[in-house]
Amino acid sequence: MAKEILVGNTSDFEEGGKKIVPNGKSEIGVYLIKGEWFAYQNLCPHQGGPACEGLLMAKVEEIIHPEKKTYHGMRFNHDEMHIVCPWHGWEFRMEDGVACGDSAWKLRKYDVNIRGEKVYVLA
Amino acid sequence: MDLPTSDRYHKMSIDNFDTEQLLKNARRQAKLRNYHDFPIICADSHQYESESINEIIEYIEDDVLHQIVSSAPGIMSRGRGGYQPVGGRVTRYPLRSIEQTPADGIHRDIHLSRRFMDAIGIDYIGLFPTGMLSVGLLPQKEIEVQYARAYMRWLTEKILPHDPRVKGYVYLPFNSPDEAYKMLVDFGNKPGIIGALVTSPRYAPIHDNAYMKTYALIEEMGIPLTFHSGLNWNDPLMSVTNRFISAHALGFTLYNVIHMCNWITNGLNERFPNLDVIWTESGIAWVPWLGQRLDNDYKMRTSECPSLKKLPSDYMRDMYYTSQPMEVPNDHTLLEATFKFINAEERLLYASDYPHWDMDLPCTIYDLPFLDETAKRKILGGNAVKLFNIDVSDRYPDYSVAA
Repeated sequence: MAKEILVGNTSDFEEGGKKIVPNGKSEIGVYLIKGEWFAYQNLCPHQGGPACEGLLMAKVEEIIHPEKKTYHGMRFNHDEMHIVCPWHGWEFRMEDGVACGDSAWKLRKYDVNIRGEKVYVLA
Repeated sequence: MDLPTSDRYHKMSIDNFDTEQLLKNARRQAKLRNYHDFPIICADSHQYESESINEIIEYIEDDVLHQIVSSAPGIMSRGRGGYQPVGGRVTRYPLRSIEQTPADGIHRDIHLSRRFMDAIGIDYIGLFPTGMLSVGLLPQKEIEVQYARAYMRWLTEKILPHDPRVKGYVYLPFNSPDEAYKMLVDFGNKPGIIGALVTSPRYAPIHDNAYMKTYALIEEMGIPLTFHSGLNWNDPLMSVTNRFISAHALGFTLYNVIHMCNWITNGLNERFPNLDVIWTESGIAWVPWLGQRLDNDYKMRTSECPSLKKLPSDYMRDMYYTSQPMEVPNDHTLLEATFKFINAEERLLYASDYPHWDMDLPCTIYDLPFLDETAKRKILGGNAVKLFNIDVSDRYPDYSVAA
């Protein structure tokens, strides 16, 4: 049965903020991204790195001319944020924790509950 | 320190950095898998000797070169590109500079090595340089000689004598064959030296007669010769690629592919039957590809390789390979076939490559479902104990080489 872990107060988080809380022998990273809450195990499925302790990066896209199919550089797509594992750079979609390079891999996702000012994660 | 990200809202500020903290999950892995029950040897980890360049410069014997590099140290090594940390995503690159080590007289490289070894569960490392992997590409081969000699003096005076867990290799300035031989004579028997190193990115034909006396001496000394690969984005062929991923994936294999072709087709395995050769930091997926290519051609063009007494792939199984960066496909049967092709249980040596961006933990070997416990322990340490003749009695008093 899932247990609730108190993460802190909503006011502890700024936009793009993150807090890592202990969960037994591991940790959970809790994020506030554009008003939405997300929580993932701080454990990369690749080699076990502390995925939630790395950078948040926007998705990188190529700029390809739609008709000519020519290349015109790269840009960040700020609508899709990625959790980046600091060990090897594996990137995971904030939305669902799926690895950007291979959808067969993903971070373990947890639900977040907000009650009043309090932020809880269900582990 | 602020780490640059994709926008100003998600910046990450770090006040301090500790390798052991970064690797805390590795320490948990080591405990769960009981790595302390058997020796783990990393045949290939790295130091950033460029961080100690001012110390190394003091060992340069040529007065004029000493003055020149004192004013511009960068001329001794070509840049290997700022792309390694994947745009800063691999955070230990930028954060390394703020990691504190005790001012206790022990070199910072030793402190940092101990930290990652202890966290990962590694008992001993074979330490390679980083920037020097590209020095064989310098147009002035005399600088390679001077730099290599200074590095070896520094390594054997400042680093290796001060921690028995840290081992090193004799850098052979291979663009100057006589100097390579001399380097081996001067440093091959120093404490802590476990092998001879040729950095693979270079354009030297390794089958040239000028190298035979060096190979003979390495064989006589009973240490292995390792070819450590690398990349060279300025290579005319590689310069066609525009992404680091391409230059890296190809470069780190191709130099060793070429050198191995020359080694085998010129019959050097037959000329030096007791010389152990290691192919380092190319992964292992290339070996079945090259072996199949050479076997197929050899059966038609046997007369071009008159020294060979068996198939090229049979010689490949006589040689050694370091594991990193081990290609781990989602379909493990491919990897299992590669292990069989190279006789991995006897010939594969675990390597972490730490702290580089594509480092591998011991779990890359230990968690493979098709290996039994004996094979895992051989690859993670047992093969290296025998090959490098490493005395592990300080950490494993009851260890038996035959185990």
